[in-house]
Amino acid sequence: MLIEEIMHKDVAYLTAENTIEQAMNVMHERKIRHVPIVNDKHELIAIVSDRDIRDASPSIFHADEHLEDLQKPLSSIMKTNVVTTGPLDFVEDAASTLYEHDISSLPVTEDDVLVGMITETDILHTLVKLTGAHQPSSQIEIRVPNISGQLADVAALFKANNKNVTSVLVYPCEDPEYKILVFRVQTMDPRRIIETLESSGYEVMWPRMPGMSP
Amino acid sequence: MRNHAFIYSEDMLKYKFSDDHPFNHLRLQLTKSLLEAEDALQPDDFVTPRMASDEEIALVHDQAYIEAVKKAGRGELSPGLANNFGLGTEDTPMFHNMHEAAALLVGGTLSAVDEVMEGRATHALNLGGGLHHGFRGKASGFCIYNDSSIAIEYLRKVYGMRVLYIDTDAHHGDGVQWAFYEDPDVCTLSIHETGRYLFPGTGAVNEKGNGQGFGFSINVPVDAFTEDHSFLEVYEAAIWEVAEFFKPDIILTQNGADAHYYDPLTHLSASIEFFREVPRIAHEVAHDFCDGRWVAVGGGGYDHWRVVPRAWSLLWLEMSDQRHIAEGSLPETWLEAWKDQSPIPLPTFWTDPADLYPPIPRKPEITEKNKKSLDKALFHIRNEKNR
Ligand SMILES: [Zn+2]
Repeated sequence: MLIEEIMHKDVAYLTAENTIEQAMNVMHERKIRHVPIVNDKHELIAIVSDRDIRDASPSIFHADEHLEDLQKPLSSIMKTNVVTTGPLDFVEDAASTLYEHDISSLPVTEDDVLVGMITETDILHTLVKLTGAHQPSSQIEIRVPNISGQLADVAALFKANNKNVTSVLVYPCEDPEYKILVFRVQTMDPRRIIETLESSGYEVMWPRMPGMSP
Repeated sequence: MRNHAFIYSEDMLKYKFSDDHPFNHLRLQLTKSLLEAEDALQPDDFVTPRMASDEEIALVHDQAYIEAVKKAGRGELSPGLANNFGLGTEDTPMFHNMHEAAALLVGGTLSAVDEVMEGRATHALNLGGGLHHGFRGKASGFCIYNDSSIAIEYLRKVYGMRVLYIDTDAHHGDGVQWAFYEDPDVCTLSIHETGRYLFPGTGAVNEKGNGQGFGFSINVPVDAFTEDHSFLEVYEAAIWEVAEFFKPDIILTQNGADAHYYDPLTHLSASIEFFREVPRIAHEVAHDFCDGRWVAVGGGGYDHWRVVPRAWSLLWLEMSDQRHIAEGSLPETWLEAWKDQSPIPLPTFWTDPADLYPPIPRKPEITEKNKKSLDKALFHIRNEKNR
C-alpha cells in the first residue's frame, strides 16, 4: 500500500514567522503533536513538535511568567533537518523510517512541496489491515526449516484444503535454522488443515489440539 | 402468567450444513430430551417459533444478501457470487432451503422477544439462536443470519428498549458488536478466548465502540486454558459493573457452550459448573435491573453429546427456577435413548469429574492476566463512576 492512499491531505501548517503561541493553538485545536513549517512556495523547511515547545519554553506551565516567550517566532525553535516520505513510498518503508529515527510522524513531500502528513497511528492501522487481522479468521503459526520453497509448499496445502488465506507473514525464529510462517485463515474450524500440516511433517506451534497439555 | 417460555420446533433442526459439519442442531433435540426425561419441561412451557419476515431480517441484513441466501438455498447461486457473501465455504456451505432454515432461527429469537415484551413470560429461551458471527452482508463462522442483532434492532425499533447483550461464547461476538458499534442504546459485553489465534481474531479490550457508541462495546478476552474460577471472576465483575453503568431495560444473553474443556474448536478449560453459574448471575441481573426481562439464546457448542445438552439444560433450569433438578445422575431414560447414537460414552452425572483435565501449569499467570484484561476493559466505566 502507498503513502498517498492513507496520508492526511488537509494538513495544518505554519510559517517560520508565526509565533510559538500560534503553534500551541493549532496543536490544541487539531489535536496534533507536530506542525510542519513551510515557506512562501509551500515547500517544507522545518517541523515543530509539542516537545520542542516544551523544551524551549518551560515557563508555559506557569501561566503568568515569561509570556513574552510565547510571542517568539517559530524560527527560534523549529527543527530544520526533517525526515520525510513521498506519496509513492510504501507504507512498510515509512514504518521502518519511523522506527529508525524514533519519531512519531512524517511529513509527505513531493519536490519539497508539503502534500500530506502521516502518523504512527495511521501506519499501525494500515499494518493491522495488511496482516488481515481485521477480517474474521483463525491464526496458524508454522515453524519451517530456513530453506527456500517452504512458503510455496505450505501454501499449496492450504489450497488443497480449500482454505481461504487472508494474509501471510514470515518472521525469523530464535533458531536461525528455522523461520515462522503466520497464516490468517478464513475458518472457524482449522482442525483439518492443522492435521494436514502436521502429517506432512510441519511443526504447528499453536493452537495445540485439545487433549494435549499446554 | 407463566414465568418462562421455551421456544422449540423440530423444524429448527433443518439448519444443517452436512452430516459431519461441527455445527449440529441435534443439540436442541438432545437438550429437550434431557429436560423432558427430568420432567422439567411442561406442555405449557413450549412456544412454537414463527418465521422471520424479510423485512425483519432486513433490519440488520442487506437485501442483496437475503436474495443471495434464498438463491443459494435453491441451488441457483454461482460459486463465485456465493463467495462474495461468505457462502459456499467450508464453514458455511450452501444447503437446500437454507434461507427458510435460517429465518426460522431468527423467528425463534423474535418469538422469545415477543413472549417477554407482550407479557406472556418474564424469561424466554431460544436455544436455536445465538448465531453471533453473522454480518450485515456476509455469512461467517457457521452463521447465516444474525438472530441476536435482528432481535436487538427489533427491540429498539418496536419497543424502544435499551438492550444489554451479554455473550459468553468462547468466540468473540463480532457480528453483534459491529452491528451496534456506534449505537449508545445498545451495549455489548463479550467475554471470550483471546483472538490471538482463535477465530474471529477480534474482541480486544481496546474495541470499545465508536462515536456516540464509544464505551458501549466491552470486550474481555481471556487466555487459552482459563478455568472456571478465573473465568467466572471476570464474568461476574464485568456483568454487574456493566449493568450498573448502562442500566438496561432488558438483557439478551448468548449462551454458547464451547468454552468447555471438551470442546474441539476452542482452548478454554471450563467445566460444566461454569454453565451453572453463568445463567445464575444473569438471572439476578435481569431481576435487579430489568424487572426480570431476559431473553436467552444458544450459540456455539461443538461437543454436542457430552457438553451441550447438560450446559443448555442448566440454562433452562435456572430460568424456570428448577435448579435442584441438576444434581446426581443423569436420567437413565435419556442415556438409554441416545447411547447407541453417540460415538463417545455419554456423561452419567450432571457434574464433571474432578479429574476432567490435567492440572494447568501456568494457572496463576493466566488468572493474573485475565484480571488485567478485565481492568482494562472496564477502565472507562470505573473512571466515569469515580468522577
Ligand atoms: Zn463459539
